[in-house]
Amino acid sequence: MRHTISVLVENKFGVLARVSGMFSGRGFNIDSLNVAPTHDASLSRITAVLKGDEASLDLCVKQLRKLVNVVEVVDFKEGQAVARELVLVKVKADTKTRSEIVQIADIFRAKIVNLAADNLIIELTGTDDKIAALLGLLEPFGILELARTGRLALKR
Amino acid sequence: MKKDTTSPAAFPQAEIGREMKGADAVVECLIREGVDVIFAYPGGASQELHQALARTDKIRTILPRHEQGGSFAAEGYARVTGKVGVCMATSGPGATNLVSAIADAFMDSIPLVAITGQVFSKYIGKMAFQETDFYGMTLPIVKHSYLVMDVKELPKIFKEAFHLARSGRPGPVVIDIPKDVQQAKFQPVFPATVEFRSSYANATQHASDDQLKQVLALIAEAKRPVLYAGGGIISAEAHAELKAFAEKANVPVATTLMGVGAFPEKHPLSMQWFGMHGSAYGNWAVDQCDLLLCFGARFDDRITGDTSKFAATAKIVHIDIDASEHNKNKRVQLAIVSDIKHALVRLNALAVAHKFTPPETKEWHTQIATWKKETPFRYDESKHIVPQEAVKVLYELTKGDAIICTGVGQHQMWAAQFYRFDEPRRYISSLGLGAMGFGYPAALGAKVARPDKQVIDIDGDGSFVMNIQELATAHIEKIAAKAMILNNQHLGMVVQWEDRFYGSVRGNTILGDENNVGGPENLAGLYPDFVKIADGFGVKGRRVHKKSELRAAIQEMLDHDGPFVLDVIVPYTEHVLPMIPAGKTVKDMILK
Repeated sequence: MRHTISVLVENKFGVLARVSGMFSGRGFNIDSLNVAPTHDASLSRITAVLKGDEASLDLCVKQLRKLVNVVEVVDFKEGQAVARELVLVKVKADTKTRSEIVQIADIFRAKIVNLAADNLIIELTGTDDKIAALLGLLEPFGILELARTGRLALKR
Repeated sequence: MKKDTTSPAAFPQAEIGREMKGADAVVECLIREGVDVIFAYPGGASQELHQALARTDKIRTILPRHEQGGSFAAEGYARVTGKVGVCMATSGPGATNLVSAIADAFMDSIPLVAITGQVFSKYIGKMAFQETDFYGMTLPIVKHSYLVMDVKELPKIFKEAFHLARSGRPGPVVIDIPKDVQQAKFQPVFPATVEFRSSYANATQHASDDQLKQVLALIAEAKRPVLYAGGGIISAEAHAELKAFAEKANVPVATTLMGVGAFPEKHPLSMQWFGMHGSAYGNWAVDQCDLLLCFGARFDDRITGDTSKFAATAKIVHIDIDASEHNKNKRVQLAIVSDIKHALVRLNALAVAHKFTPPETKEWHTQIATWKKETPFRYDESKHIVPQEAVKVLYELTKGDAIICTGVGQHQMWAAQFYRFDEPRRYISSLGLGAMGFGYPAALGAKVARPDKQVIDIDGDGSFVMNIQELATAHIEKIAAKAMILNNQHLGMVVQWEDRFYGSVRGNTILGDENNVGGPENLAGLYPDFVKIADGFGVKGRRVHKKSELRAAIQEMLDHDGPFVLDVIVPYTEHVLPMIPAGKTVKDMILK
């Protein structure tokens, strides 16, 4: 099972090391981890996607709550949160394939954010499924590089 | 106990201090937290702090002979008093030598503040002389930690650190202070209170009466109830409430090793302690109970063996202040997050208010009484002094009133089996981490805290050597902690496993010359000569190998008014029994 956990932390020295160390030290398996400040500059939000059963997830949440710099931990159940991910993907594209790739991007409402002679960079925001679908279609053209944020989530 | 002239209550309001150096502010903070003794070894990066300590007469600074000894001593002090133990070391190697004690305090939930000097902040990350990333290195073994980069934060950080170390589930807190922060001058503001943004850190965990009524209801239905009490009872100072509750509910009690003394072992309801080397009757009772009340313990593998078979037929209630211990090792039917003292106070009150009558459990109590009678902790007499006997005689001669510290190994188990503990904070031992070398320095800390008590380190010849240099601390600081070494010339516990599981092949477990192994029948082969070593440190010592002289020798140790080393020569052939092999079940218990 994949779970999304949202952890509000104090923006202090070493907090990320504490949180990630807790995950690794206690054997939790992280799929993705995203960290950035919130509207309150003294707080950051960590969004983590974990693999594991209910029992180990429950333990993970309790361990997180024990960290002194952790302000709040929310474990999002299916459908409780809006979840998105952003991906930047550099695809091989020459004059022959470019228009077809642009067409695909359009269908996904993705943006072309950079164009070079032999490649272009596409930006897409969406759910995991949508991103997987786009990447599947781009694969045959040749994906050169890829960067993604990992899942971000907010409670509805 | 040492008179507490510097309690935090003496400074109720936030207060602006005079201008001072960071190092002096640290000392001021320690005084405000009620610290009366610190175990500290100086070095370049902590020298400023030692200079500041030299300027006060409110704190006794004890110089250990190794930072590990100092930090174990601070733990001994904390375990005996319940107050926060404080140790300090310089950066780099000084700091790394504190790691074992910090890990130990983390495992056993002991309130400890470890202060370390750090290189100048401008050198951090540059591999400066004696630099280590101590903050990073200790992350997995601290309750919390601080690297102080702004001198103005010192008072708040110290206030928080002491609060965190002793509140909730206690634990170690590290404060790493660069030398320039110690030197910086500023006007400190000493806060009166602490507040965290984490609601968990601010909250006190209290069970609701409704939850506790469920516990009483389960007891009322039980036919074979058992109370499994851990170190949480001692941390929470809830032993009196536990006794009252066990008596009201008429439930037999087995403690963990951390919980030794949480319930009087002389009490008719006591089954002493259970687990790998615990009482057979305690283990049988837990195995066969229909209701297990786990109060302030954590289902450690040395207690449970194979968790799937542990108390397999019982409903389990688990009350603990740390929610993350619930359902961690063992699934339970009723998990309650609570300070155990609060829970017990309310359970006792609810029992009275609702006219709780204990269930009919006569058959169960009779069964336990039979087990107790038929299978007590026992050993076979020998013509030589056996280690169990030495512990038993010590118990008799001290009338059970001493504080016992231990190293790690067979002697640690025998100390718990054959010395009987009726009060908390009397069996001081490294249990979760199992750190050899813990015993003697811990005894120093214990004796400093309780100069009115006999403090005896029951040690092994392996463990004792690991911090033997602390004899110098005992002599120079005039700390009358005694060591009774059960000297079998081997690493006894490993030897026992070799004998049971590895065909008695010795894999580096002989401590002397393997071609001339010393023992009661080969005195010439004994190595090293602990009496001579003690003499070199200015500490009185005596060796005893004759059974007829054991009693007199122990009495001489007890009568001596300074530190003392009693080297008791015992055969290496004794095994600690009962024994439930690691990962096995009560059915696999070895009784002989």
